[in-house]
Amino acid sequence: MLHRFSQFVAACTVLLILAGSLVTSHDAGLSVPDWPTSYGWSMFTFPPSMWVANILYEHGHRLIATSVGFLTIVLAVWLWIAEPRRWLRWLGVAALGAIIAQGMLGGLTVLFFLPPAVSTAHAGLAEIFFCLTVAIALFTSPGWNAAGASVDDATLRGFATATTILVYSQILIGATMRHTGAGLAIPDFPMMFGHIIPDHWDGAIAIHFAHRVGALVVTLSVVSLAAFIWTRHRDRAELTRPVLLLLALVATQVTLGALTVLSRRDPWINSFHVVNGAMVLTTSLVITLRSWRTPIRNAEAGTSLGPAMPSPAGANPQPALSTSPSALRNPESTLKRRA
Amino acid sequence: MRLRTAWVALLGIAVAVNVACGGSEPSNKSADASSPSATPSGQRVDTANAGAVTGVVQIDGVPPKNEAIKMNADPVCIRENKTPQFQETYMVSSDGKTLGNVFVYVKDGLGNYAFDNPTTPATIDQKECRYHPHVFGMRVGQPLEILNSDPTLHNIHALPKNNSEFNNGQPIQGMKMTHTFDKPEVMVPFKCDVHGWMNAYVGVLPHPYFAVTKDDGKFELKDVPAGTYTIEAWHEKLGPMTQSVTIGPKESKEITFVFKAASPTATN
Repeated sequence: MLHRFSQFVAACTVLLILAGSLVTSHDAGLSVPDWPTSYGWSMFTFPPSMWVANILYEHGHRLIATSVGFLTIVLAVWLWIAEPRRWLRWLGVAALGAIIAQGMLGGLTVLFFLPPAVSTAHAGLAEIFFCLTVAIALFTSPGWNAAGASVDDATLRGFATATTILVYSQILIGATMRHTGAGLAIPDFPMMFGHIIPDHWDGAIAIHFAHRVGALVVTLSVVSLAAFIWTRHRDRAELTRPVLLLLALVATQVTLGALTVLSRRDPWINSFHVVNGAMVLTTSLVITLRSWRTPIRNAEAGTSLGPAMPSPAGANPQPALSTSPSALRNPESTLKRRA
Repeated sequence: MRLRTAWVALLGIAVAVNVACGGSEPSNKSADASSPSATPSGQRVDTANAGAVTGVVQIDGVPPKNEAIKMNADPVCIRENKTPQFQETYMVSSDGKTLGNVFVYVKDGLGNYAFDNPTTPATIDQKECRYHPHVFGMRVGQPLEILNSDPTLHNIHALPKNNSEFNNGQPIQGMKMTHTFDKPEVMVPFKCDVHGWMNAYVGVLPHPYFAVTKDDGKFELKDVPAGTYTIEAWHEKLGPMTQSVTIGPKESKEITFVFKAASPTATN
């Protein structure tokens, strides 16, 4: 149940990211000038008849954000009560802290008329929060907690981690571009002012160019990661399935990016580009976390919270113990029963 | 212990959220107007010997068509407007030769002349989901009355560079607020973040020598003391143009500004 609920929170966060990106895409960020009230009303009593034009996006975003905030409170409390792994309980607290900070950043950016640094930080922290919800859903999943060997490849860990960091960096560059008004600083695609690289420069052109270069770097990294997984770990469905999804998402992301420029920043295309970018990040994160499963589970075993993971080669054999939450809460009695 | 800690934390968060998100019904508040500046010191204009600068703003070429406005996002705006709406970017005369909505003013040359602060406010009205007027001028320290005549909500968002930015909501028909700008600035844009098509521009000046052309392109700057002046004509898309003019006592001079229309294929 906890796992299902954490999946639900992650899914709601996708909706929240879409709602937030629609605000920026429609230039609606200041359509509700006050915060935390809405035109003087409490945000919960602001009459729906007044949710007109761009207010629908901004006020809708605030309501969805508040709802996700309440869901995160429930998730954090539920984890605190029911989850035996201390680090995962604190991960729930971290998610709660992140969404509270998000709310503050959202309010500050309205009250100070959308300063680019605050708006970009709001966008960046949104992705971090989404990553936390997806990570919690993964860590509470039956697949993560099942017995059995998982991949133990240090090169894969480095590769996947680097790819995820590259994706997040690209998202930050994109957010900076968006919130400094540089989204159409280079108005043509795939050429740039009719050339391979721009023939003139200013700050806006530089940040836009960096985002296009970043897209190329991320694409190459993802394709290389997919090739690595396919050649070395073709038998690991927990890696091959998400990496195929990642390839599809990156192809979609590049297409949406091109269409955003060619459509002169159509608000819906632009917004789906943002949401798809978040999906690219979390899919890469899932691959990364799964590549780290063995060391994480071994660390848990070191703190008596669960068994060490068996090595795929059979070295350091350990008894395959149940990793259900009840067994994890009482590892000693579980060990006695096995003995 | 963990359960008790969790409930205490939950209660604390609930209290914090309730305090933060509570609000009351909206009040018809006005922005504080800054106090009127002290009586200005300096030389006074001798209106008995003052002259005038008159003229016309022309346009050379055919400007792009004014963008059509879709008001579908707010049913009230559709209801309030019985005819198709267009932006007021290019207000051209029927013969296509002269240009309206051009802000013409004395940019330089007045030295240390002092002028009384006006007591009557300038006004801008949000009516039929448009700003009225679209381009206007006012004085530094003069109250600006901002009125919402529409049965829908607007926010009035000014984006100055020299003055303080502000963004106030006016959710109720008839709401009025007052604001003053305390520094000269040409031009301060206004926008409504709710209705993205709404825009206006105000020129804030420390003297009374400004005018906005109608589509006949004509302007008149009266009671200008003798001297040499830089006159600027500003258009929201075509930019500024300046001319120098010298007028003697009781002399009236006529000048003409000619803006070249942007190519119809140019990106605005």
